[in-house]
Amino acid sequence: MTRLLAIAWKELLQLRRDRLTLAMMVMLPLVQIVLFGWAIDTDVRHIPTTVLDQDRTAASRELAASLMATGSCDPVGEVRDPAELSAALRSGRAKVGLVIPARYAERLALGRPAAVQLVVDGSDPQSVASATSAAGGLVAQRAMAMVLARTGAREAPLSLESTTWYNPDLRTAVNVVPGLVGVILTMTMVMLTAMAVARERERGTLEQLVVSPIRKWELVVGKILPFVVIGYVQMTLVLIAGYVVFDVPVVGSLPLLYALAFGFIAANLALGLFFSTLAKTQQQAMQMSFFFLLPNILLSGFMFPREGMPRPAQWLSEALPLTHFLKIIRGIALRGAGFDDLHGSLARLAVILAVLVTLTSLRFSKNLA
Amino acid sequence: MGAELVVETAGLGRTFGKLVAVRDVSLSVRRGEIFGILGPNGAGKSTTIRMLCGLLTPTSGRGTVAGFDIASEPEKVKTRIGYMTQRFSLYEDLTVRENLLFYAGLYGLSGARRRERVAEVLARNGLEERRDQLAGTLSGGWKQRVALACAMLHEPPLVFLDEPTAGVDPVSRRAFWEEIHRIATEGTTVIVTTHYMDEAERCHRLAFVFRGALLDTGSPAEILARRALRVAEVDCAARPVLDALRADRRVEEVAPFGARLRVTTRREHDPAALVREAMAAAGVAGDGPVEVRANLEDAFVSMVRDDARRG
Repeated sequence: MTRLLAIAWKELLQLRRDRLTLAMMVMLPLVQIVLFGWAIDTDVRHIPTTVLDQDRTAASRELAASLMATGSCDPVGEVRDPAELSAALRSGRAKVGLVIPARYAERLALGRPAAVQLVVDGSDPQSVASATSAAGGLVAQRAMAMVLARTGAREAPLSLESTTWYNPDLRTAVNVVPGLVGVILTMTMVMLTAMAVARERERGTLEQLVVSPIRKWELVVGKILPFVVIGYVQMTLVLIAGYVVFDVPVVGSLPLLYALAFGFIAANLALGLFFSTLAKTQQQAMQMSFFFLLPNILLSGFMFPREGMPRPAQWLSEALPLTHFLKIIRGIALRGAGFDDLHGSLARLAVILAVLVTLTSLRFSKNLA
Repeated sequence: MGAELVVETAGLGRTFGKLVAVRDVSLSVRRGEIFGILGPNGAGKSTTIRMLCGLLTPTSGRGTVAGFDIASEPEKVKTRIGYMTQRFSLYEDLTVRENLLFYAGLYGLSGARRRERVAEVLARNGLEERRDQLAGTLSGGWKQRVALACAMLHEPPLVFLDEPTAGVDPVSRRAFWEEIHRIATEGTTVIVTTHYMDEAERCHRLAFVFRGALLDTGSPAEILARRALRVAEVDCAARPVLDALRADRRVEEVAPFGARLRVTTRREHDPAALVREAMAAAGVAGDGPVEVRANLEDAFVSMVRDDARRG
């Protein structure tokens, strides 16, 4: 125990001397939360939209104005012919073009079917999706009103009322804040551990530790103990900032969340140790940690829904601790899920943890002497 | 004198796959002795030390260190030895005192005992003024002194110093060897690896390691006596003389040192006479050669040549 505490204390002292790393560990969560919480909004609005009005009537102008009024589209001026329309899209001045054909108002007045066209720039699928759905909704609503007026019925025979739970305003921040806890822990836990051991190797102090009577488990536990504390501090910082700045509360049980987070932190620390057995220098350790971070951000479901990914990508993401932790933390923080709701993700996280710890302890003991 | 053995090995060997790193090393080191292990890099010095420290399990032979078997009780061995690496493994971002406290804790000292011991070591080594200085800002000589203090904190009966003076200035080197002698007179056994021959002369006893094998072991005087070498030096570096001496089978070794030649032979020959012969044959005039004392370097070079001749 004396030996373990000596290592943990030394690690804390070194951390205190390393002001930059320390500052990074506090600033990183705060900067990230601002970046991800504010800057990233998957609900794209104000898409630059141009209109090719070949009818030039009050009715056609009114249709164009209603599309702009949905908030999804912003007018960037009109074009006079199809050539100008394609120029506008090609140059990127507009991403959406609404084409209203000649005799639009006349056909409507005669009760004959009229068609308007929406041209969208598919090179950026995510951003134009909301324009397509806004325009689609607008036109369907108008068509239904005309049909109702003609048949004399008072309401549509079928309608949909959707209710959104947990995040009624569909704010992106609600999804991002708990996710960020996972991403930040993945980033710092893996990197700090990998670098802390690589540094000892690089400076030759590991040799000195190995000849001392310290046991391997004492060395490992003593080294990562301070990082567990840091992990919890970071998690707390993100949750507080998320609550204060973005009004994202933790709906479920905080003690449960903190207890389950231990498994996730442990998995990342084990991975960091594993990297440290492969890396000879701190630089290599850092590169490995970054290399590992990328698939985590892309595949875990933090930024993009896993449901839309091809099968192999989904399988790969099953192996990432973050994938399962995201389900756990989003479940607890946003939906008030309890232990019983989460056993699937927990079981998977436990399997990953067991595999990592086994692998690491095998590599570590071989690598140390 | 009933000498108590602190280290005793018999036929110690270690292979890595097909590579034989160390073979058949039998050593005994007595209490309070300064025991030098000499040899070029890659000779097996480090592997031998790592086996003695309980880091590597021998693949053949056996050994005891401080009363414990190195193969079956390596963890016990580790508590009884101090070890100082080549690179003075101090934490550069910790102060001198923090380093000492850390190493004390690492060896299981705790509470008041730990603080007392650290204070004692600081006072003893004249480190009090520097106790709050970061280890990274110390000069090489001071780093070495602190590293040695760290290795001695738990008062081990045996301390290993792995090339302790590599990259340290001559003045600090001398001071460091005084410290080693002080430790030894207090009863601590010191095992030191080096490839400086002047340091080898300062050891009580030596082991010459070359290509994984022990070439010879004994006190410097014993080793020199066993080699039975005679050496002459002459102020003459003329090429024909050098070539003639090199071609002479009675001459063991000819080495130019600046404008001088150092000529080594076995006891049965007279190196000075051989040099005079060669000078006369080459028609080179000059001061006559002077016979000098053979040193450990001469002995080592001669041993390595013998080893090479045997293949």
